[in-house]
Amino acid sequence: MLVPWRGGWNPRSKSPGQALEEERHVRANDRDYNERFSYADNRIKTAKYNVFTFLPINLFEQFQRFANAYFLVLLILQLIPEISSLSWFTTIVPLVLVLAITAVKDFYRTLSVSSLCCLQADLLLLSSSEPYGLCYIETAELDGETNLKVRQALTVTSDLGDDVAKLADFSGEVICEPPNNKLDKFTGTLCWKDNKYSLDNEKMLLRGCVLRNTEWCFGLVIFAGTSLQFSSMKYDEIFLVFFQIFGFLICMGIILAIGNTIWEQKVGSDFWEYLQWKELTINAVFSGFLTFWSYIIILNTVVPISLYVSVEVLRLGHSYFINWDRRMYYSRKDTPAEARTTTLNEELGQVEFIFSDKTGTLTQNIMVFNKCSINGKTYGTLEHFLLYIHTDKWKTPCVDFSFNPLMDRKFRFHDSSLVEAIKLEEPLVQEFFRLLALCHTIMPEERNEGELVYQAQSPDEGALVTAARNFGFVFRSRTPETITLYEMGQAVTYQLLAILDFNNVRKRMSVIVRNPKGQLKLYSKGADTILFDRLDPSNEELMFTTSEHLNEFAGEGLRTLALAYKDLDEDVFDEWMKKLLFASTALDNREEKLGALYEEIEQRMLLLGATAIEDKLQEGVPETIACLTLANIKIWVLTGDKLETAMNIGYSCNMTAKEKIMGPSKDKFSSGLDMEKTELYSSDSVFEETIIAEYALIINGHSLVKSSILVDVACLCKTVICCRVTPLQKALVVELIKRHKRAVTLAIGDGANDVSMIKTAHIGVGISGQEGMQAVLASDYSFAQFRYLQRLLLVHGRWSYHRMCNFLCYFFYKNFAFTLVHFWYGFLCGFSAQTVYDQWFITLFNIVYTSLPVLAMGLFDQVSLQYSLRFPNLYRPGQLNQLFNKRKFFTCTLQGVCTSFILFFIPYGAFMTAVRDDGAHISDQQAFAVTIATSLVIVVSVQIGLDTNYWTAVNHFFIWGSLAVYFAILFAMHSDGIFTIFPNQFPFIGKNINGYIGSL
Amino acid sequence: MGKKQAGTGPLSRRPDNSAFKQQRLPAWSPSLTPQTVLPTFYILSLVCLLLGIWLLITVEYTYELKVDYTDAGTCEQCFNLRKHAIDSSTPCKCTVSFHVPKTFPGDVFFYYGLRNFHQNLRRYMDSRDDAQMVGRKNNLKAPSSYCAPFDYDANGKPIAPCGAVANSMFNDSLTVMYNPTDGSKIQVPLYRKGIAWYTDKNVKFRNPPTNNTFSLQQAFEGTTRPLYWQRPVYELDDIDSNNNGFINDDLIVWMREAAFPNFKKLYGVLNRAQGPFTEGLPAGNYTLSINYNFPVEPFRGRKELVISMVTWFGGQNYFLPIAYLVTSGLILVTAVVLTTVFVKVGKKGKNMEE
Repeated sequence: MLVPWRGGWNPRSKSPGQALEEERHVRANDRDYNERFSYADNRIKTAKYNVFTFLPINLFEQFQRFANAYFLVLLILQLIPEISSLSWFTTIVPLVLVLAITAVKDFYRTLSVSSLCCLQADLLLLSSSEPYGLCYIETAELDGETNLKVRQALTVTSDLGDDVAKLADFSGEVICEPPNNKLDKFTGTLCWKDNKYSLDNEKMLLRGCVLRNTEWCFGLVIFAGTSLQFSSMKYDEIFLVFFQIFGFLICMGIILAIGNTIWEQKVGSDFWEYLQWKELTINAVFSGFLTFWSYIIILNTVVPISLYVSVEVLRLGHSYFINWDRRMYYSRKDTPAEARTTTLNEELGQVEFIFSDKTGTLTQNIMVFNKCSINGKTYGTLEHFLLYIHTDKWKTPCVDFSFNPLMDRKFRFHDSSLVEAIKLEEPLVQEFFRLLALCHTIMPEERNEGELVYQAQSPDEGALVTAARNFGFVFRSRTPETITLYEMGQAVTYQLLAILDFNNVRKRMSVIVRNPKGQLKLYSKGADTILFDRLDPSNEELMFTTSEHLNEFAGEGLRTLALAYKDLDEDVFDEWMKKLLFASTALDNREEKLGALYEEIEQRMLLLGATAIEDKLQEGVPETIACLTLANIKIWVLTGDKLETAMNIGYSCNMTAKEKIMGPSKDKFSSGLDMEKTELYSSDSVFEETIIAEYALIINGHSLVKSSILVDVACLCKTVICCRVTPLQKALVVELIKRHKRAVTLAIGDGANDVSMIKTAHIGVGISGQEGMQAVLASDYSFAQFRYLQRLLLVHGRWSYHRMCNFLCYFFYKNFAFTLVHFWYGFLCGFSAQTVYDQWFITLFNIVYTSLPVLAMGLFDQVSLQYSLRFPNLYRPGQLNQLFNKRKFFTCTLQGVCTSFILFFIPYGAFMTAVRDDGAHISDQQAFAVTIATSLVIVVSVQIGLDTNYWTAVNHFFIWGSLAVYFAILFAMHSDGIFTIFPNQFPFIGKNINGYIGSL
Repeated sequence: MGKKQAGTGPLSRRPDNSAFKQQRLPAWSPSLTPQTVLPTFYILSLVCLLLGIWLLITVEYTYELKVDYTDAGTCEQCFNLRKHAIDSSTPCKCTVSFHVPKTFPGDVFFYYGLRNFHQNLRRYMDSRDDAQMVGRKNNLKAPSSYCAPFDYDANGKPIAPCGAVANSMFNDSLTVMYNPTDGSKIQVPLYRKGIAWYTDKNVKFRNPPTNNTFSLQQAFEGTTRPLYWQRPVYELDDIDSNNNGFINDDLIVWMREAAFPNFKKLYGVLNRAQGPFTEGLPAGNYTLSINYNFPVEPFRGRKELVISMVTWFGGQNYFLPIAYLVTSGLILVTAVVLTTVFVKVGKKGKNMEE
C-alpha cells in the first residue's frame, strides 16, 4: 500500500549524547579531571546560530535532508556540459527558493529562542538560602506542572552554606548515569571525604527549572551543553512517494537511454557529418549513458522540489486551522486546541482505533470525596446527577462543617453520621482521617492564616487530604522531617521517618511516622487488591466486608483506595532503616532493592477501610463516543480502574447500549459479573459479554496483551474496555493493534501514565487537564476536552485528508502531464534529451504558474461541513485510505500521462503540416514549445478548477491570477530582446482543451 | 506551534472569530449535477462538430502539391554526386517536370521540404550563437563554445555564422518554369524576400554595423564562412545586396529550427504582378530546375518542393478538422452513455440521497 504519511514506529524520543557513555564521572573544582571525558562545557550560547555561522550551518543542515541533497546532485549534473540538457537556473531557482524559505523559517525560530530565564544546566544541589538546604522550583518548562516542588540538598553539602571558600574546596566526585531524557529519575552517588552518599532526583535541579521562594543556591554542574536537550523528531513519510517516483524516473531514463543507443547506431551515425561531436563518435553506448543523465535532469520535474515545500506549507496551514478553531477552544480554562506537530494532520482523517484513558480524559478528573467505608461501615451517599433528575432535590442535606475553622468551603458531604462518629472520637475513624492527612506528597501553601491551598500532583490525593481537613484533621505544614496536623483544632507534629513512594508497580504509598507519644506507625494507602494481599490474617472478616463495599462503590463508578496501618517495633524499624540507607546508596538496581525493602515492611498491616472518590464525566462525552462509533472508529478504553468501575464508565459513556443492558438482560449481566469475579480472583482471564446486537468486550489488560486470539476477538467488538492496565500495558496494547491491524491508531490521555501510550500510537492526543502537562508535552495534538476529538477527527482530520489527497493527486497529475511531454518528444528528436519547452517555462512552471492554485485548494477546500458531523459514515473513505492509495496514485499519474500524450500529439499532428495564414512555416521548435506550454497551463488550470469543491475568493484570485501571470510573462519574455516569437496558435489551444475534456 | 500570547485576561488565548481563521470564508461550491453536466457535454460536442465541419470544408478548398526531386528526373546523377558532403565544389544542375492539375487561386507559397533531417537534436539545436547573429561586434569574432566544433576553422579563424545549424544550411536553389500549352517557357516569379518572420528579420538577426564607407564585407573581415558553405555570409544573395549577411531571409528561415524530422520551410511567394500569374498559379505543366547542392543521401533523407495555397486557417491541414470531429464524436458518445445511466439509475440515486 502506498501510504505516504503512515509511518512505522516513530523514534520520537531518542536518547541523545554519546551512545557509548555508560557512566558519568564529574569531580568538583577539578577541571583537568573533568576534561578527560570531553563532556560538553557549560558556556552558554543562547542560539544554535549566530549571524556569521547561520548561512553555512543552516545550509549544511538543509543539505543533509535527502530531498535537498538530491536536487544538489541534479544541479551538479547540470554543470557538466555533455550532460546538461537544461540550463543551471532551472534547478537552482527553485532550489534557492526552497532553501530560502526553510532558512527564513529556521532563522525566525532562532530569533524567538527565549532569553535566560531558567537554569541552563543540570545541577546537583549543594546548598541553598533556605533551611535544611531546601530549594523550591517550578518545572513548568519541563513537564508543565505548575505546582512548587521541593528539592533538598544532602545534609553534608548544605552545611557548606554560601561560604565561597569552602565551596571552592569542595572536592566531591559524582558518579552517575549518562545524560538521558528521563525527567523524573536520576541515580548517582557522591563520593566525598571517603563517604558515599546516594543521589536521586530530589537533589537535582534540572535545566529549565525556575527557582521560586529561594534566594540563592549552589550546585555542581553535572550535565551541560547541548547534549542535554531531549529531541523529538518525526520521520517524514513523504519520502516514500519520493522513492517510488524516483524509481519511475530511473525507468524512463533507462528506456530513453536505450532508445538513444539504438537511434545513434541506426540513424544518428548518418548525421555525424553535421554533428562532429567527439564523444558521440566514440560509440553509441556511451552516448546512451550520457543521455540517461540528461534525461534524469529533464524528467526530474516529476519529483518536483516545490512538492516538498508545498506539503510543508499545507501541513503548517492545517495545523494553524486547528489552533485557530474556536470550537475547540475551552473558555473556562482559556485553552485553545494546539497542533504540536505538523506532520500528522492527514492521519487524523484515517483513524480506526482510538485508545482512551479514562480518568481525566473521559472524566473531568475533578475528584470529589464521596463515600468511605471505615471498619466495615459505609458512610456517604452518591449524589449522582441521575438522582437530581429523579428526586429533584438532595436526598440528604449537606453536612455542616462549621465546627472546623480551617475547612474548605467548597467541600460537600452528604452523610452527617460520619461527623457524629468523628465527634464521638471513635479511634478507628480518627485513625482513618489521620492516615489521609499524613500519607501523601502534597505541599501546603498558607498565604494568609487559615487560607490553606494544597499543591497536589494528583487530584485524588487532593480530594482525600481535603476530606480529612474538613473532618477535622487538617494538614497544615510540612518540613522534610516533620508533618504538622491540626487534629480537631490542636496542633500535633509527627516526625516523618520514611516515605515509601507510590509507583505504578507498587500501586501504593506508605509513610512511617513517629507520633508525639513516640509510637512508630506505618500508614499505607493503595489499590485494594494490592493491600489486601498484605493484611494481617486476623483482618479477614473485615476484608470481606470492605471488599463488598468496594465492589459496591466501584459499581457506582467511583474510584476506590484501601487504607491500612501498622504499628512498628522500634528494633525492627531500626534494622530496616539501616538496610534502607544502604540500599539507597546502591548505584545499580537501586529501585529493585528499595522495592524489596518496602515490600518487607509493608506486611501484616491492619485494614482501616476504603475511600471512594467520584470522578464526573466530561461534558459531551457520551455523544462524542456515539458519533465516533458511527464513524466506524473503534474505541478502546484503557484504564487502571477495577472491572466494575470500568464497566460503569462504559455504560455511562454510551459505549454500550445502556437500555438494552439494564432491561431484559439484567440477570444475565449480574450473573456474568459474578462469574467474572470468581475468575478474576483465580486467574487472569477474560470476561466477554454479549449484548444483544452489539458486542462490547471488557477485558483485563494483562490477558489481552498475552493472547493474540483475544486481539482478534477484541477487534471484532465495537468497543473494548480494558481494565487493570498498567501504563506499560497501555503502550503494549496500542503496539499490538498497530502491528496486527495496520490501522492508524490514536491515543488520548491526560496524565503521565498515558505518555507511553501516546508516544506509541500514530497520533497522540493530550488533554490539558488536571494532571500536569506531561501527556500534552508528549502528544501531537492537545486540547482541553474529550468532546473536541469529534471535531478534530471528523472535521479537521477529514478535511486535511481530503485536501492532502486531492493536493497530491493533482500535483502528480500536473507534473506528469508537464514532464512526460519530453518523453514523447524523445521519440521524435532521436532521444537527444532536447526539451520541448523553453527553459524559463520549465523553471517557472512549478513555482509560479501552477503552485498557488493548488496550494489554495490544499488549504481552503472543504467537503460539506454539515454532512461531516451529521453523517459520520463519511469518515469511512479515510480509514480505507480510498482517496490516495496505489490505485489512486496510478490513476492520477495515468491521467497525467494521457494528458501529456494528448498535449504532445495533437499539436504534433497540427504542426506537421501547419503554416501560418501569411504562409510562414510555424512548425519550428519554439512555436511548438509555446503552444504546448500554453495548452498545458490552461489544461492544468481547468483541471484544478474541476478539482476544487469550494471556491473562495482566494481560489479565484490564484487561479485566474496564475493564468494572467503566465500570459504576462509569456508576452514579456517574447516581446523584445533576441528571443522573439509570437504565440500565434490560439486555434490549436482551444483544440487541446476540447480534446482533454473528451478524454475525461 | 501555537504562539502563546503573553496577554492577560480570562479569554486572552481565544482564537479570533474571523471568517478566515474559522474556515468560514464565503465560497461558491459548484456541484456537478446531471442537469448541468449533460447539456455541457452536448453543447461541447456540437461546437466541436461545427468547428470540425467548417475546418474540413476550408481544408477541402486548400490545395497542396508535393514534388519529390531527390533523385527524380535528371537529378539522380546529382544525387549520387552529392553522396559526400565535403565534395561540394562541383556544381550540379538538374530538372524535374511536374503537372499542376488545378489552378491554385490567390497567393501561392513555395516551400522546400526535407524528410528525415533531425533539426531537433539537442546538441544540434544548441549549436548556434544568437549573440553573434544579432551583430554584436564582440561576439562576431568570438563565437560561443556551444558552436564547437563549428566555432573556428582549421586555421583558428572564427566562423560566422558559427555552429552546426548554420553550417548545414539548405543551399539548393530552385527555379520553377511554367510550360503553357503553346510551348513557351515562362519563369514563375517568386518573392524571395519577406519570407521570414518580422521579428526575426528585424530584431533577432542583425548585421554588424556598416555605413557608406564600411561595407558588409569589411564588417565580416577576420571571419570565415562555415565549412560546408560555398560562399561567405555577406554574399549569400547575389541579386539583392540588402539581403546579405545575417539578415538573409533564407538563413533566418533555416535558423528557425524545425520541431520534427520531417519539415518544410518557406522558399518563396508567388509574385502575381504580371503574366499568367495574376489569378494564382495556373494549371498545367511545369519544370523545376535545381542547383543541386544539399546532400541528403548520407542520412537517407528526401527533398521536395511543396506548393501550397493558404486560407485564413493556414495551409492544407487535415489533422485538425479530423481531430475536432473525433473529439466531437467521443464527447457525444460519453454524453449519450451518461444520459442513459442518468435515465436508468438517476431516480434511484435521488432516492438514496433522501
